[in-house]
Amino acid sequence: MTIGPVSGSLLYLNGVSVSFDGFRAINNLSLVLEPGEMRAVIGPNGAGKTTMMDIITGKTRPNEGQVIFGAETDLTRLDEPAIAALGIGRKFQKPTVFEPLSVWDNVLLALAGDRRPRFSLWARETAEERDRIEEILGIIRLGELRTRQAAGLSHGQKQWLEIGMLLAQEPKLLLVDEPVAGMTDSETEQTAELLREINRTRSVVVVEHDMAFVRALGVKVTVLHEGSVLSEGSIDHVSCDPRVVEVYLGR
Amino acid sequence: MNRLSTTICVILVLGLASLMAILNLATDAGSALHVPTYAVSLVGKYLCYAILALALDLVWGYAGILSLGHAAFFALGGYAMGMYLMRQIGTRGVYGNAILPDFMVFLNYKDLPWYWHGFDNPAFALLMAVLVPGLLALVFGWLAFRSRVSGVYLSIITQALTYALLLAFFRNDMGFGGNNGMTDFKDMFGLPLQADATRAGLLVASAVMLCACLLVARFVVTSRFGKVLIAVRDTEARTRFLGYRPESYKLFVFVLSAIMAGIGGVLYVPQVGIINPGEFAPAGSIEAVIWVAVGGRGTLVGAILGAVLVNAGKTYLTGAFPELWLFALGFLFILVTLLLPKGVLGLLQRARS
Ligand SMILES: Nc1ncnc2c1ncn2[C@@H]1O[C@H](COP(=O)(O)OP(=O)(O)O)[C@@H](O)[C@H]1O
Ligand SMILES: [Mg+2]
Repeated sequence: MTIGPVSGSLLYLNGVSVSFDGFRAINNLSLVLEPGEMRAVIGPNGAGKTTMMDIITGKTRPNEGQVIFGAETDLTRLDEPAIAALGIGRKFQKPTVFEPLSVWDNVLLALAGDRRPRFSLWARETAEERDRIEEILGIIRLGELRTRQAAGLSHGQKQWLEIGMLLAQEPKLLLVDEPVAGMTDSETEQTAELLREINRTRSVVVVEHDMAFVRALGVKVTVLHEGSVLSEGSIDHVSCDPRVVEVYLGR
Repeated sequence: MNRLSTTICVILVLGLASLMAILNLATDAGSALHVPTYAVSLVGKYLCYAILALALDLVWGYAGILSLGHAAFFALGGYAMGMYLMRQIGTRGVYGNAILPDFMVFLNYKDLPWYWHGFDNPAFALLMAVLVPGLLALVFGWLAFRSRVSGVYLSIITQALTYALLLAFFRNDMGFGGNNGMTDFKDMFGLPLQADATRAGLLVASAVMLCACLLVARFVVTSRFGKVLIAVRDTEARTRFLGYRPESYKLFVFVLSAIMAGIGGVLYVPQVGIINPGEFAPAGSIEAVIWVAVGGRGTLVGAILGAVLVNAGKTYLTGAFPELWLFALGFLFILVTLLLPKGVLGLLQRARS
């Protein structure tokens, strides 16, 4: 049985399941994201949060279910570059930037544009590209470090550079996996502010462990547990839900 | 710094090759300044190996494709050239057959095999010398990269590729001269191959082609394409989520590299005077990897330096202490891997700063 997409949704996961060697990492998961929404996803380690992002971005193919983006695109039929080209950007749990390249070049490679070899071979940096990179470096506060090799950045700076690369992609939807892991309190606060800023023009799904951070975002929360949705609602609502308290908050 | 080393390399290669050619042609054999013809061809051979090393560094150093079969592309270019040179022998062969090379007469061939047609035309032979390695790399790379074969597995199948070609070219019924390959070449583009002027010309041509390949490779690696390639090398999965298709980047650079290797083979054969299946030997490809590692992986200029240094060392050692060469090579590889991760070029650059 196939159920059509929820009308007007940006992202619709419908009964998605995936097993690894018989272990159900995602179990009949359904989730609806409205255009322009920011959603926080929380859940204990191993709940399937990263796997959910793997499915949306084409890294992992689900055994069952559909992932509908926009009106009718089924993402389960596409591979990673095709999904990225549709406007879905992703930040990894472990910051992954291009270490040997400069901060500037990291953002340059992420800028929306032609990805084909025959283009990049002859591409020259345009004035618009430079302005856009400058702008992004300003937002992520790495303007001073533009010529620095990304390998030499601190952990927090790498997280920010990766968020900058996401911005450069100009995606419709950003998937952000544990952005504040390993950040100081003030960096965490700035990151929450940055995500809210980004959310003014784009939809965001953010996975996070840090409850203070999730509270600071002030958005609808989905609690995952053993690959399914355990509870959904405001942070106050889910943190009072007895099932959530039992499996997650009250550990 | 890289631009500087490239400039120095181009000046040195062109300058020294021209100087050797002039000293060979313009001085008498008795003169203290005279460069003997065997030295001209020896250095010419080093430069051909340098083209192979450069080609290998392009894929290994910048795309992370550790090809252990790159000599196959070199040998295919060499065979295309060898076929042209065989057809030029004509009636001067032992059997005096105007059409069939000696080995075919010996093996009772009645007609020229279809795939030998056209090789009497130098332009066609040169075209094949780049087309055949390029096409093989295209098909092989398309299959391998599309299925996301990488790392050790990719290295093993490149080794299998060259080994398969080795076995195929050993067979007499393949029509490439079997075990003995092709030799006894007489002339090329109407010029006698034994003449000093031809030898000197081949050395200079090798130097020019090496520099041309270096400049092309440098253009590629310093372009935006090259930055993507480095990103693919180190963090392939990440580039996909940015919308890049790593397989098309790898395929492009793999084909380009195979073509360069083929060019190296074209210039190699007339200078050494023979091409046989031994050029496909897996050990040859592994040696090329050592040249690149010794010179400095991912630097282009280092690959050239490594190829020349190691081969000069090989010429000396195989003459002076033949039994030591393989030990020396193995020891050198271990030494460089452990102590000089950036190779000799890295050492030079460290000394400068
Ligand atoms: N590629 C994989 N192969 C096998 N098991 C996996 C794979 N990816 C994830 N898992 C398992 O699926 C479960 C969910 O993992 P994950 O999505 O990373 O959890 P979370 O991000 O919520 O901490 C874990 O038990 C993990 O071990
Ligand atoms: Mg995770």
